[in-house]
Amino acid sequence: MNQTVKRIAYYPGCSVMGTAVEYDQSTRALCAALGIELVEIPDWNCCGSTPAHSYDPLLGAALAGRNLSLAEELGLDVVMTPCPSCLKSLKGALREYQEQRQSFLDILQMPFSGRIRVISVLQMLYEDIGPEAIREKIRYGFANKVVVPYYGCLLSRPPEFARFDDPENPVSMDQLLRAIGLSVPDFPYKTECCGAAYGVTQNHIVGKLTGGILDMARHLGADAVAVACPLCQQNLDLRQAQVDRHCHTSFQMPVVYITQLLGFALGIDPKKLGINKLFVSADDLFKGTSEQLEKLTEPTTA
Amino acid sequence: MRIGVFICKCGTNIAATVDTEAVAHKALNFPDVVCSTDYMYTCSEPGQKEIQDAIKKYDLQGVVVAACSPRMHEVTFRRAVEKAGLNRYMFEQANIREHCSWISKDRAANTRKAIDLVRMSVEKLRFNQPLFSSQVPINKRVLVIGGGISGIQAALDCADGGLEVVMVERESTIGGKMAKLDKTFPTIDCSSCILGPKMVDVAQNENIRLYAYSEIESVSGYIGNFKVGIRKKATYVDWNACTGCGLCTEKCPAKKSFDGFNEGLNTTTAINIPFPQAIPKKAKIDPAFCRYLIKGKCKICQKICPVDAIRFDMEDEIVEEEVGAIIAATGFDLVDHSVYGEYGGGHYPDIITGLQFERLVSASGPYGGHILRPSDGKEPKNIVFIACVGSRDPSIGRPYCSGVCCMYIAKQAILARDHIPDSNCYVFYMDIRAPGKNYDEFVRRAQEEYGVQYIRGRVGKIYPRGEHLNVQGMDTLLGAQVEVEADLVVLATGIGASAGAKDLAEKLRISYDEYEFFMESHPKLRPVETNTAGVFLAGVCQGPKDIPASVAQGSAAAAKTQALFSRDTIETDPQIARVNERVCIGCGKCIDVCPFGAIQWKTLRDGSQKAEVLDSVCQGCGLCNATCPPKAIQLQHCTDDQILAEIDVLCTGERHG
Repeated sequence: MNQTVKRIAYYPGCSVMGTAVEYDQSTRALCAALGIELVEIPDWNCCGSTPAHSYDPLLGAALAGRNLSLAEELGLDVVMTPCPSCLKSLKGALREYQEQRQSFLDILQMPFSGRIRVISVLQMLYEDIGPEAIREKIRYGFANKVVVPYYGCLLSRPPEFARFDDPENPVSMDQLLRAIGLSVPDFPYKTECCGAAYGVTQNHIVGKLTGGILDMARHLGADAVAVACPLCQQNLDLRQAQVDRHCHTSFQMPVVYITQLLGFALGIDPKKLGINKLFVSADDLFKGTSEQLEKLTEPTTA
Repeated sequence: MRIGVFICKCGTNIAATVDTEAVAHKALNFPDVVCSTDYMYTCSEPGQKEIQDAIKKYDLQGVVVAACSPRMHEVTFRRAVEKAGLNRYMFEQANIREHCSWISKDRAANTRKAIDLVRMSVEKLRFNQPLFSSQVPINKRVLVIGGGISGIQAALDCADGGLEVVMVERESTIGGKMAKLDKTFPTIDCSSCILGPKMVDVAQNENIRLYAYSEIESVSGYIGNFKVGIRKKATYVDWNACTGCGLCTEKCPAKKSFDGFNEGLNTTTAINIPFPQAIPKKAKIDPAFCRYLIKGKCKICQKICPVDAIRFDMEDEIVEEEVGAIIAATGFDLVDHSVYGEYGGGHYPDIITGLQFERLVSASGPYGGHILRPSDGKEPKNIVFIACVGSRDPSIGRPYCSGVCCMYIAKQAILARDHIPDSNCYVFYMDIRAPGKNYDEFVRRAQEEYGVQYIRGRVGKIYPRGEHLNVQGMDTLLGAQVEVEADLVVLATGIGASAGAKDLAEKLRISYDEYEFFMESHPKLRPVETNTAGVFLAGVCQGPKDIPASVAQGSAAAAKTQALFSRDTIETDPQIARVNERVCIGCGKCIDVCPFGAIQWKTLRDGSQKAEVLDSVCQGCGLCNATCPPKAIQLQHCTDDQILAEIDVLCTGERHG
């Protein structure tokens, strides 16, 4: 991987254009630092999210499939997306293509070979780059910081769909976090439900579930929770004040993207990682480093 | 040839969707057929009599019955024609039930197919030859592989009947898994009290030769005449001299050896006797932990042994035994629960298996029968049992029910409540499967008398929190999530095939299923036999079962052996391969493909090499027949000529209907 630049198709999805803009910023910055050229799929469209496949799985698959067809047109063999929900829709398109090829193609009306690989940013970091390669590139070490990895429901599940990591006890993020020098306790709630879209309709459910996750993180002495999903991040971070009201707590627990942590460890300026976009301040985690960073970055910039 | 055709209506099984009268009528036009009729139940006594009368009346030389599958009644009809004076192989059965009437409701199509099937059988019969069995002598010794309860039962039953028994046990003591159990359901009687005397009987029975700490190296030969190579693994102790005094085990400094008998809950010494009641009660050295064998220094056991039994230069030894029958009773191993990430993946010491709990609660176990947590030795107050861990779970490739776990966790919960009266026991279950005698009553006692709390639902996650293990699950009767703060979690770990079962099956040339349980010959009617003649099954190696069923099958395997040995010779099946030596080119391909080792080289007087079939080993599978390039080797009763004749009439014969 080292110096050779690898080009992969990038499907941002709607979340990272809005509420999770820092996930997009940090993913792009991290990939650049790792020598990966992200080629944003031109004219990409909505993955369909939950409504499309709930209405009609085949139509939903074709909607997501259009993006894959566009990626194939670029001559690329991998599509990466930071959003686990988009990931599921794109993988669903591949599955429908395999199961009902002709109907799928009839709706899509675009050339499609089905040979393209769809991965999450976490899978890319873990499988295509690997904790060891990341360890070699560290330019800033987190001292004595404890971070718990929170995977949520979709990154490793359902297993026959995700085909990534252990569905019940995933360890990919654990190992990436350890690679950048963080202390990572065994986090039993790593795949518990964050409440997902109930944040909108049944707020108290998110309060209870997310409250439990944050409470466990605090119990383990965590300085922050690491995530790889915009919706998890939203429920844990944006709604933390609501959770506090619901649970009568005051967590003040930063919830940061894995790409922000890795990017920071690789020496990327926190501003480029969108640290300022977090609702619960993570400045303690990323503090006092700009000078060190400048020193570190000098040799390369000079 | 003069052939008679008999079409069975099988009540309405066949007649409802096949016009049997039309089939019988049509058959009269087939070559060599001199009589044809249909009948309500051809397999009944009057039905058989009609065949026998027709043989005499029409002077028949061959008989075709169109009825059910030959697997059902071929033997019946062969016997019937034999009584009327025909050779039993001058009979053919056309399957117009399973292969025809039961498949489709289209009467016209079924009738056409039945006519074709009868036509094929008639044509094959025209090429049939009378075949005759031969006799081979039987070596009336039996090998029992595995010294668990079913193997012990089989060995004792055979030995009591006067047979010589060779027992081979992989561990250094017999007793198997039952020796590790504390109490047995549903009577709560002490496992070692009922097993111990049987183990002693094995040791004391003059007809039983026991090879402990030994494994099967090779098996050759055939029913009545097997040759078995047995690997006696090096114990580093001369068992002829060792008195089992145990002095060596007291002084051995390597005290961190793995204690397999206690399921790893404890450590033992490198030289050890697994438990006080071990049979044979002899010491062995575990070379993975022995200081002398690893570092070349120590030899304390050699200095202390009062009878000079220690032999550090001992090596494995292969001995050969000749037997006439083999009983496989290799038992099981627990499913590896570390595949369950949600149950800690085997990382938490206080999440234990069912067998580990048995050792915890056993008076001969690591804590002297006090139930204590392996992590800190504290007495647990809240104990959670989780059913179906490694059973009924297609996601880990184990869709079958292990059959015993519902019962053993009920027993263990009762024992826990007995040992620690102020404890709370919870059982998470999917369904309660307690179909044995007094079994359901036993589970009810656990619930009603002992106050064990049964929660219907699966556990989704177990995680440590402080000193406790939080067990998160679902109560599907309440429709609510539940969380129990447990001190000890017992996984009702399911039953898997014994380690190495597949290798042994291949040595014995018996089939095994996808979970490596050995395959019986017929799931209902031949549950003890295998498809290799002279090899029988006993106990859990054939599939999960409890102690009474294992004992019953052990006795059944012994009975099968006794029945086999009640004769001095055995009749061979003439439906086997035959070599036409004038056509055989000596290529040896048949020897390579034969799965039973039934073909060997034979040197003719002119020095040329030809294939030769060992009559009593050949199982009549026909692989050699299909492989032989010049078609020199032919499976009797299923020759190329016979099969081609059937195909010819099917493809070129005129269509009827």
